[in-house]
Amino acid sequence: MTALVAVLRFGRPVTGRLLLAVLAGTGAAACAIGLSATSAWLISKAAEQPPMFALLLAVTTVRAFGIGRGVLRYAERLAAHDAAFRVLGELRGATYARLARLAPAGLAELRSGDLLARLVGDVDGLADLWLRVLLPGASAGIATAGAVLLVGGLLPAAGVVLALTVLLTAIGGPAAAALVARRAERSLAPARGALAETALETLRGAPELMALGAAPRALDTVRAADARLAAAERRSALGAGTGTLVAGIASGVAVWLSLAAGIAAVRAGSLDGVALAVVALTPIAVHEVVTPLAPAARLLPGLAASAGRVIELLARPEPVREPASPAAVPDGPLGLRARGLRVRYPGAGSDALGPLALDVPAGSRLVVTGPSGSGKSTLAAACLRFLDPVGGSLALVGSGGVAVDVTSLAGDDVRRATGLCEQDPHVFDGTLGDNLRLARPAATDAELAAALAAAGLLGFVRSLPAGLATPVGEHGARLSGGQRQRLALARALLADVRVLILDEPTEHLDEPAARAFAAELPSAAAGRTLLVLTHRPELFDGPEWARGPELGSGQS
Amino acid sequence: MTTHLRLLTAGGIATAALVGAVAIGVLGAALAVAQAWLLAHAISAAFLHQADVASLAWTLAPLALVLAGRAGLAWASELVAVWISGRVKADLRARVLAAAVAQGPRLAADRSTAQTALLVTRGLDALDGYYARYVPQLVLAVIVPVAVIACLAFVDLVATLTVALTVPLIPLFMALIGRMSATHRDRRWSALGRLAHRFADVVAGLPTLRAFGRAEAQVATLRQATDAYRVSTLATLRVAFLSAMVLELLATISVALVAVGVGLRLQNGELGLEVGLFALVLAPEAYLPLRRLGSEFHAAEEGVAAARDAFALLDAAAVARDRHGGSRPPDRLDAVTVEGVSVAQPGRELVAPAGATLEVRPGELVAITGPSGAGKSTLLATILGFAAPTAGRVTVRGADGSATDVAALDPRAWQDRIAWVPQVPYLAPGSVADNVRLGSPDADDRSVAAALAAVGLGDLPLGRLVGERGTGLSGGERRRVGVARALVRRASLLLLDEPTAGLDAEAEARVLAAIRAEAARGAAVVLVAHRPGAVAEADRTVAVRWASLAGPAAEGDAAGPGASRSAPGAVPA
Repeated sequence: MTALVAVLRFGRPVTGRLLLAVLAGTGAAACAIGLSATSAWLISKAAEQPPMFALLLAVTTVRAFGIGRGVLRYAERLAAHDAAFRVLGELRGATYARLARLAPAGLAELRSGDLLARLVGDVDGLADLWLRVLLPGASAGIATAGAVLLVGGLLPAAGVVLALTVLLTAIGGPAAAALVARRAERSLAPARGALAETALETLRGAPELMALGAAPRALDTVRAADARLAAAERRSALGAGTGTLVAGIASGVAVWLSLAAGIAAVRAGSLDGVALAVVALTPIAVHEVVTPLAPAARLLPGLAASAGRVIELLARPEPVREPASPAAVPDGPLGLRARGLRVRYPGAGSDALGPLALDVPAGSRLVVTGPSGSGKSTLAAACLRFLDPVGGSLALVGSGGVAVDVTSLAGDDVRRATGLCEQDPHVFDGTLGDNLRLARPAATDAELAAALAAAGLLGFVRSLPAGLATPVGEHGARLSGGQRQRLALARALLADVRVLILDEPTEHLDEPAARAFAAELPSAAAGRTLLVLTHRPELFDGPEWARGPELGSGQS
Repeated sequence: MTTHLRLLTAGGIATAALVGAVAIGVLGAALAVAQAWLLAHAISAAFLHQADVASLAWTLAPLALVLAGRAGLAWASELVAVWISGRVKADLRARVLAAAVAQGPRLAADRSTAQTALLVTRGLDALDGYYARYVPQLVLAVIVPVAVIACLAFVDLVATLTVALTVPLIPLFMALIGRMSATHRDRRWSALGRLAHRFADVVAGLPTLRAFGRAEAQVATLRQATDAYRVSTLATLRVAFLSAMVLELLATISVALVAVGVGLRLQNGELGLEVGLFALVLAPEAYLPLRRLGSEFHAAEEGVAAARDAFALLDAAAVARDRHGGSRPPDRLDAVTVEGVSVAQPGRELVAPAGATLEVRPGELVAITGPSGAGKSTLLATILGFAAPTAGRVTVRGADGSATDVAALDPRAWQDRIAWVPQVPYLAPGSVADNVRLGSPDADDRSVAAALAAVGLGDLPLGRLVGERGTGLSGGERRRVGVARALVRRASLLLLDEPTAGLDAEAEARVLAAIRAEAARGAAVVLVAHRPGAVAEADRTVAVRWASLAGPAAEGDAAGPGASRSAPGAVPA
């Protein structure tokens, strides 16, 4: 529940719109109740056959309520949805912004299938907090209070009955429902997440699962997840049904008791006979307004779970501690220096790298080598300040020999000076141009062409009818592995950085292309300090290259 | 409309849903009429004749029963509806997923996996609204107004006419406005899919975005996407709610008309109070199910849109299934022959591979080389039967002299004979052993350990857990687990797509030795290779190239200054 309260702050920017929706909703509910009450009075009064003018006001009011209800309800729905979607925008923005601070080291254990469900499902689902719980609850509450005062004014006992049965529907029903379905509700969101995750996994591995004959087993896993979700849904429906049952009984009790009390009061002379129909029939309209609240209240536990997970994500500690007053990155050419550097992933039991001593002088081209799993990618992550060192130091070194420890620098400043082409670079579902311009949004076509030429992709791009506007597909699916790698290299070469780190740059390239790329790299990256992490140092073996330590051998 | 028909005739469960809904509807209508009459009688007796509670016992007691009956009925209908929609969803979900997986390799081209995942989860969940609320309400909307009009006809002709003339207007308006909102609905659903895809893409690429300092910029882009979704959704809702408003107006104004009409005739003395009250209580009951149907209709629309998507996928899968042959592959393989195979690449003016030709026999290790984008992986896909050649053919020859086109083979039986290792092997969440065993569930721990040792992963604990996309393993380890998985299968044909990429020289030698041992065991091996070590291990090398559809055959990846320049056609070296 505290998470729900924490989520409420995302509604603050649209308070005005939310109030507007409550106002219109209250009006619509009041019209519905008023229509029932005034027409009951009109008919009873007419039965006494008074002169026509005595009925005129009632006739007009009945018609006005009939029109007002539809119009106000329309206004309420539009205002409420508009406000809820705006709140959603806030929530999505905040969630993503947080993810952007955490990735990649702070999110290692989250699976992307679940992450997707979390982002789209939990955040989208939270719109119901406003749309289906808070706004209708407020409107119905205000209108019902008015109705209770009206009926209570005519016959106090009926007013009390109405108030009590409304509370029974709005609070007792959901409470009974929650009692029956508490565990089911709480298992609904995880069951949904598990289903989404297994479905996504199965789809992702579809080609191999088919080829291996493992598809039926994978589908069985999904079916089992589906069965668990269906069972949870059934249990939760049992709970929801209890709410409906309580609401139905409350409505029946209200009608019956009001009628019986009204009959007795008319007989005793304490209630005007004309008002009997109003006392007996108004509860029907009031309960029609309140009944939809019961299923809404049932949403609360699920919403609390969603809110809890979103809030947990927002509160997750960052893998990197940003300095309070960041130092400035030295001007001019930059180098890197590590002394006794040890790096460890959050929550891991052992170091992924180190201790390492490394010198990359400004303007040099250094090749660092090491077998698979020796920490090459970890070194790259540390250089980009995705991870804080757990021991030793890592510094950016300016041309005058000024060394600034990376932990005293803002992560964004480090990444403005240092670029990286990762081992498995992500290619975004957009055009070739979109992917390149990521590195330099203002790049000219000539600059793009130069970077593509250096990565050996220019001829391919020119052969495409749509050129740079060619879409690459999800994860670059429409490109071959080598083309994806070259695109990522071109992107890295385009970035305006002073230190460029390439993690296994010749991966996925065929032998001649790998050689050609290695030979062209020094001139393509001219003016920048280069650090190449590779298990194939023989490719970078000219006079312009210096050889660094070999990782994973307890060296230097 | 056909989507509605298919949903309502989806099987025995759907029929049960209809029957149940009709039974509940009839009972509900009867109770509504009884309630109205009992209320009207009690009120008019007390008001006009000063009757007391005791003398009205025979009215108040049945009223209590009717009120209780209505509460119980609402409860029962809710339970039945959820039970039924759960069954229908599970059935549809299983069928759609099986179809999507069967189409896996082809599917990738025109749908993203995230979109399909969204369809089978949230998309089909929207069917709850359809089965649990829309169908029962639809039945009520037919039964209740008819029953109400029939009962009113006995007591008051004017009120009957008012209701009978306005009730049919409601479905009419609903149909008119529904047609208008149908296009909006489809647009909204696709907007939701695009949004989900965009989230997934951006989240997956967060490390890359951060490296380029673009992660923050995406906050704005995502906000724009969400905003665009809000605008498009609100456009739908403006129309959808407009229809709801018209319905609500019609219903409430009609009730007001009945009330005013009855009131005026009571004042004239043309009507008794009891009849007047009966009409007043009953009239809203005629509109209530129709009004609710209006809102349920829009709640069901998302489910219908998703169902249409699901049916389209099922139909496409059925068509694809019919194209496959059913021949059994030969018991003993003599050769797999690729003759002049070209595959057109969708959306691009080229074929890759272009006219590839190769033959591999048991005991042989054939390497495929060629520049990036030449179609090496696609060539493996044609041998697997995942991709159909646009020209040329792939033939399987048996030791008995039979020769069958791969397209004519039963794909399941053919793939059972193959072990395929793609460029980036898929790793399922689970243990290392689970992953090695993925294609051969009966393999014991000893053979799993032996396969891992053969690729140089003898030190890797079998129980080590692997996360999604192989997190927890290094790139080289992932690839080698993929190779170990192929070894355990003891297949007649091995198709390996760059199995040694990303491995250091020692690991590469181990993997190549293991592959060579497979050939020595009698398997036919086709290996896509970039690196000299792998090429040197092969008995023969076949170069593959791509060709432009527009101009003369292109030579390699024209850009790479050192890209290989292979002669047209496949060149055994």
